[in-house]
Amino acid sequence: MYSEKVMDHFKNPRNVGKIDDADGVGEVGNAKCGDIMKMYIKVNEGVITDIKFNTFGCASAIATSSIATEMIKGKTIDEALTLTNKAVVEALDGLPPVKIHCSVLAEEAVKAAVADYYKRQGIESDLPGECTGCCSACHAHRAAG
Amino acid sequence: MDNAATTAVYENVIDEMAALSKTVYGNPSSLHAEGTQAKKILDKARALVAESLGCDEKEIYFTSGGSEADNWAIMGSLCLLRKKGKSHVVTTNIEHYAVLHTLKRNNIDATYIPADKDGYIKAEDVASAIREDTALVSVMFANNEIGTIMPIKEIAEVCKERNALFHSDGVQAAGHLDINVKTLGLDMLSISGHKFHGPKGVGALYIRKGIFLPNLIYGGGQESGRRAGTENAIGCYGMALALQTSLTDLQKKNTATAKIRDKLIDGILKIEKTRKNGGDNRLPGNVNVCFEGIEGESLLLHLDLKGVAASSGSACTSGSLDPSHVLLALGLPHEIAHGSLRLSLSEFNTPEEADYVLKVLPGIVENLREMSPVWEKMKKEN
Repeated sequence: MYSEKVMDHFKNPRNVGKIDDADGVGEVGNAKCGDIMKMYIKVNEGVITDIKFNTFGCASAIATSSIATEMIKGKTIDEALTLTNKAVVEALDGLPPVKIHCSVLAEEAVKAAVADYYKRQGIESDLPGECTGCCSACHAHRAAG
Repeated sequence: MDNAATTAVYENVIDEMAALSKTVYGNPSSLHAEGTQAKKILDKARALVAESLGCDEKEIYFTSGGSEADNWAIMGSLCLLRKKGKSHVVTTNIEHYAVLHTLKRNNIDATYIPADKDGYIKAEDVASAIREDTALVSVMFANNEIGTIMPIKEIAEVCKERNALFHSDGVQAAGHLDINVKTLGLDMLSISGHKFHGPKGVGALYIRKGIFLPNLIYGGGQESGRRAGTENAIGCYGMALALQTSLTDLQKKNTATAKIRDKLIDGILKIEKTRKNGGDNRLPGNVNVCFEGIEGESLLLHLDLKGVAASSGSACTSGSLDPSHVLLALGLPHEIAHGSLRLSLSEFNTPEEADYVLKVLPGIVENLREMSPVWEKMKKEN
């Protein structure tokens, strides 16, 4: 079902953990859906010098978070914001169709962390502060609950 | 430890089927020697299944499996009784999708009795759900996810009193529990060969004598004209033999299996923030638990990497966005239902295997919880 890359990142996730003095923290997803990603970033002169994540979710949620942190670590904020879910999927050598939403979640988690960083810096941005890429079930759950 | 999904075929069944495959290939409906030979095997299979379930061989109809048998029982009963003005079905909210989807996709007027928090259905709730126009009551014998065993005899009595047909999906129970359809008073019972160490693709529907259930599958005159399609005589025989084998020394095997089950449950519940799903009157091989703060698929894959095959009711493993309808029916919140684990044992599992699971599982749960952004908060809550 999963590519070797996905299994590698699932078995040995990179950058797991928290950053206590993070410059930006983003959390996306919903426990009802079964996926929550939380990303912490450290920023120095516009460059993401450190990044860590915590994820509650399936193997692909863990793998997409892991590879996304690898892909943006050491990059500038502007570069990080160009990360797309498609690039995450490609970097993992593909995901099963029902798991594509996990890659969207990873992209949204990065954006949410940057949005939080901007907010703390008093920089205005039109980045979404919370997840907009969650599965349709999230909306259904929200509507119901 | 995923025997509720499927089981390894008994060696004696493999040997018999392999030997028969070399010589028996005729169509049981043919009149020549080859056909007659196949017909004999089929008759033998039918007699064996009937003996195992305590009924007449004329009451056993072979199908492609449990799902077909469930579909047939529902659609056939409605077809039979619609002309008498009965088109309502009483069932439960924890049935297998072979029952639930058959009802929903065909827009059948049905009442879904909610299971209680331990996963049981009460006969009195069935009684009050039966209406004048109720054609059929369908309640599973034992639940496939949480293993809870329903009060089938009491429900059968209620159905008889209220003049409704009673079908039970016995897929998880056959071969694991002592079932006598006559003593229990069942009108119909579905079984599936591969759940009790028989081959896949073979099942049966017991239909009580006197119920002229219309066909689900039309065509040739096989199965007394009730189920068309050339019979898989060797497969049917394999299933029959497996059923007989599984019921041999059943009590002894079940006692041993239940001991391993309880060892697993007791051991797993030592992990904090863990709960057992389903009450104590459950299948001897069923373990179902939820771990707060983690998601089932990750748990399964880590167990698989350690050589343990298990199952979960999480959304990710169900292929949908929602976790198991059975766990939600017990009142579990979505976020907890996502962290479920089902271990289902067969007579071949050993106490040493349980020890191994109990050795590797706590570490996997701990690692996933450490990675989980919700665990820290959950841990502090009581």
